[in-house]
Amino acid sequence: MHTTIMMAALTKALKPILGRHLGNTAKARHFIYTPPPAKYGGRHTVALIPGDGIGPELLNHVRELFRFSCVPVDFEVVHVNSSSTSEDDINNAIMAIRRNGVALKGNIETNHTMPPNHKSRNNLLRTSLDLFANMMHCQSLPGVQTRHKNIDIIIIRENTEGEYSSLEHESVPGVVESLKIITRNNSLRIADYAFKLAREKGRRRVTAVHKANIMKLADGLFLQCCKEVASGYPDIEFDSMIVDNTTMQLVSKPQQFDVMLMPNLYGNVVSNVCAGLVGGPGLVPGANYGRDYAVFETATRNTGKSIANRNIANPTAMLLASCLMLDHLKLHDYANMIRGAILTTMNETRLHTADIGGQGTTSEVVQSIMRIIQSGGPLTTEI
Amino acid sequence: MLKFLIQTVTLIPGDGIGPEISTAVMKIFEAAKAPIQWEERNVTAIKGPGGRWMIPPEAKESMDKNKIGLKGPLKTPIAAGHPSMNLLLRKTFDLYANVRPCVSIEGYKTPYTDVDLVTIRENTEGEYSGIEHLIVDGVVQSIKLITEEASRRIAEYAFEYARNNQRTSVTAVHKANIMRMSDGLFLRKCREVAENYKDVKFTEMYLDTVCLNMVQDPSQFDVLVMPNLYGDILSDLCAGLIGGLGVTPSGNIGAHGVAIFESVHGTAPDIAGKDLANPTALLLSAVMMLRHMGLHGHAKKIETACFDTIREKKVLTKDLGGNSKCSEFTADICRRVQDMD
Repeated sequence: MHTTIMMAALTKALKPILGRHLGNTAKARHFIYTPPPAKYGGRHTVALIPGDGIGPELLNHVRELFRFSCVPVDFEVVHVNSSSTSEDDINNAIMAIRRNGVALKGNIETNHTMPPNHKSRNNLLRTSLDLFANMMHCQSLPGVQTRHKNIDIIIIRENTEGEYSSLEHESVPGVVESLKIITRNNSLRIADYAFKLAREKGRRRVTAVHKANIMKLADGLFLQCCKEVASGYPDIEFDSMIVDNTTMQLVSKPQQFDVMLMPNLYGNVVSNVCAGLVGGPGLVPGANYGRDYAVFETATRNTGKSIANRNIANPTAMLLASCLMLDHLKLHDYANMIRGAILTTMNETRLHTADIGGQGTTSEVVQSIMRIIQSGGPLTTEI
Repeated sequence: MLKFLIQTVTLIPGDGIGPEISTAVMKIFEAAKAPIQWEERNVTAIKGPGGRWMIPPEAKESMDKNKIGLKGPLKTPIAAGHPSMNLLLRKTFDLYANVRPCVSIEGYKTPYTDVDLVTIRENTEGEYSGIEHLIVDGVVQSIKLITEEASRRIAEYAFEYARNNQRTSVTAVHKANIMRMSDGLFLRKCREVAENYKDVKFTEMYLDTVCLNMVQDPSQFDVLVMPNLYGDILSDLCAGLIGGLGVTPSGNIGAHGVAIFESVHGTAPDIAGKDLANPTALLLSAVMMLRHMGLHGHAKKIETACFDTIREKKVLTKDLGGNSKCSEFTADICRRVQDMD
């Protein structure tokens, strides 16, 4: 990514001399990623952070499924105690992720009555590992009843700065200031990621979501960076939309969106709206990518305390996240096998969990997936 | 026969389609014999002494005198020299609460049919304080300001509104897990005020959870109170649920009894002057204004006439799915109002 920024700067400098298309033709930049090497007999090791609420039970199901399907992935489990004030737990987790390069995690609860120096553990993880891009692919699933059909949106959200900088202070008693930071480097980086991804997946249009009419400098900078990067990708259409209009369009005509790109907070809002549109938090997986690390989780990052340990949580989001992880490790066959089984299970209304209007239990869904995988042919262990 | 005292209201037609929809509203009010006298004023920004932008003094005087205003859409240029006009109005009259009741309109079908909620948004501070700095080249900071005073004021207004309008619960929307101090302060103030209003249920919910649940089941929400940015996004989200800004009313409550009701859609320059605009938003805001002034009878009459016209689907404007003119739509409502007497 560092070289990408340098290339962007070099392109900009040479643009007047060599014309607009230098950035595209020079060295044909591929989005080549090499997964961390599989050690010990071709088996990958992935850090697993159970988190709180429904995290532990869902991740247990993931492990169960992987073991059953003979997926060559081992998990290094790291527990993070959300109620302790020391940062040792989260630092251990971060260390484990650095060691393994890839992680699968549940959401760690943040008790917001704690003093401000007790930062959100999830946020700390994302910023320490510089997981700058949060990607979420919202697709209407055929078996799930929703008000809107044919939704297929990729949301790319800047994951490290913006409103989540955690820089707050009380300048005078009763007056609190919270800083929102937007930097040129990070904005260029995320815009570049978005356009590269759009090109890789054959997408036609990237929409930047902002509020530059009010936050002229901050979002203005973000928008300007997006426009700069867009000029280097003439095959992809670029437009922008103000965030409040975006939410309005999303609830009336979500089919108009293709790839959406935005800073941190708007990303939070838009990704939750889109998740709600396709059927709820139990269905959509999310991925956080950095230059060197990748962490997979459910897209809406819910702890789900109220439904924990009652066998009613929807495992789809977490299982699809584990498929994204397998894709990342280039274990595409396993990923497709599990994903196909999940989608086949989704078609059966009998197996829908409570959040999508059914009465199935988590274990029933997982059992069904395992049965489909077994009948599909490849080697499996005993159910 | 009840004789009503004629009250003067400041009317700001606005830009684009503003003038034509204001005329429509005035016609309908006349047909309904509402005891309102309109005082038209213009609010283009002028540079006052000292170089600070301000609204024209005639407009300010009129509002201070009448206390109640009705406003059409105003232009907001992106990244231009002077601040947004709406922002300027807000600062001048200290319009601290933006109230948007979102109720599903029978006859205008959207995928969501059971919406009945009110968003109350803090309108003076938060992320829209307009304080931004270029720290070093390539790094910009924007300051979000939350004060105890403003948070307490908006919370109190929200609970008062809930009580006066027979609403059962108030939900504070926040992101205190990330913005611990700022949203934490907002939340604390809401909790404190909730103590004095035990008859109204108080809950707290994260912004993302609200968004998630709102698009799946909006009927679970009642009154929502929140800081500026979340309010902006959520109120537009809710407007989208019932059919868009063309049918959503909005009111801004300020200090010293000032209240300005407005239509929140844009100026629609592409259809300005062509008699194609939809006056529903401004009309419903005017109805909200009548209720605020205590003229419930007239409010109900005009509102019913408007909803009946939409339900009949005979003279709808283009954005509502028909192809009638604005004047035809207005005439239909006027006819219904007169028939009701």
